[in-house]
Amino acid sequence: MNSQTHRRCQLTIIAEFVLEARLVALLRKLGAHGYTVHEVRGGSFAVDGERHREGVGETDRTIDMKIICERATAETIAQKVLEEFSQHFSVRVMLAEVEVFRPGKY
Amino acid sequence: MDPLILLFALGVIARLARSDLRFPEPVYEALSIYLLLAIGLKGGVALSQEPLMAVAWPALATIALSFALPFVLFPVLRHLVRLVRADAASVAAHYGSVSVVTFAIAAAYLDRRSIPTESFMPVLLALMEAPGIIAGVILARAGGLGGAPILREVMVNKGIVLLAGGIVIGAVIGDDGYASLKPLFGDLFRGVLALFLLELGLVVGGRVPDLRRAGHRLVVFALAAPLVLGVGGLFCGTWVLGLTPGGATLFAVMVASASYIAAPAAMRMAVPEANPALGISAALAVTFPFNVFVNIPLLTILGSAT
Repeated sequence: MNSQTHRRCQLTIIAEFVLEARLVALLRKLGAHGYTVHEVRGGSFAVDGERHREGVGETDRTIDMKIICERATAETIAQKVLEEFSQHFSVRVMLAEVEVFRPGKY
Repeated sequence: MDPLILLFALGVIARLARSDLRFPEPVYEALSIYLLLAIGLKGGVALSQEPLMAVAWPALATIALSFALPFVLFPVLRHLVRLVRADAASVAAHYGSVSVVTFAIAAAYLDRRSIPTESFMPVLLALMEAPGIIAGVILARAGGLGGAPILREVMVNKGIVLLAGGIVIGAVIGDDGYASLKPLFGDLFRGVLALFLLELGLVVGGRVPDLRRAGHRLVVFALAAPLVLGVGGLFCGTWVLGLTPGGATLFAVMVASASYIAAPAAMRMAVPEANPALGISAALAVTFPFNVFVNIPLLTILGSAT
């Protein structure tokens, strides 16, 4: 097996569960090769009022979506997600450098 | 005292006391799938013994009524509760749609008192899920608001698929086919409903802080709406749909109930401008317990007097 690693970007989107189908459609449109999703719980201790999303009921469920791709693709996706969803939905977007094997997969 | 109500109360108290009791999401999901399918199957089997034409008029009237409800509630929410357009449309959609669990509790309540209802009531329940949500979306869109198109999602949401699918399968298999399913979907129903109510109690307990933020006007609405809608539903059930006193009572409970599963998810997508905490808190933390503790017994008394 080729053990050489290659640099890619890991884009993490933490968002409301109801957005999953629309996020997946957006990823496909913007050229991502794939994604991983799992459900999470969490909250914030913001000064304007504590908020917790504990996954009780469909509108309270939260997903953590990860996409590994080229940096340019990740930045385009991040910008589009923030443009389309951040005004009315709970959305967090993060980028991190990762090293991957088999770069053609990403 | 009804054990269903006691378990619900236990859930509320546990949550308010900050107990670590919680149901894993897949369990909650599995319980709701079971309940929807069980109600659908039972209704379908009963329907197989009825002429289809007997259902046609009540079905049409139910669709028209649940579509009209949000249009009646919207001005009240706008001007008396003083909600902005998006919030008023969203809350109106919650009250135009129906709560399946409230239906199940009312059906069990009437059953315990040996008050007969029409066998096709689950059909009316399935028909009442979507029109109110669609009307809410229309109200929001009329003011230039709204997000993703959701007609397909509303029509194929799990509630409608399981209820309508269960009804069709129940009608096809009839009594003979149902006999092999009855140990799971019939005999265990009340036990599973009790578990679901414990979970719902936990959810309601968690919604109490949202209620404080929602304001007293919405709380008053969430108490008054089921009373007024229940009496209106009793009138329509008796005189427009031509139902028996038991059927009219169950219909009234359906009209008085508000959706807290299908409507919140649909409205979140269709009207993202709306505050999602308002509709679900009013429907679940105020109207649902009010219906369970006060309105179902009250409407049963009124229903038997008609």
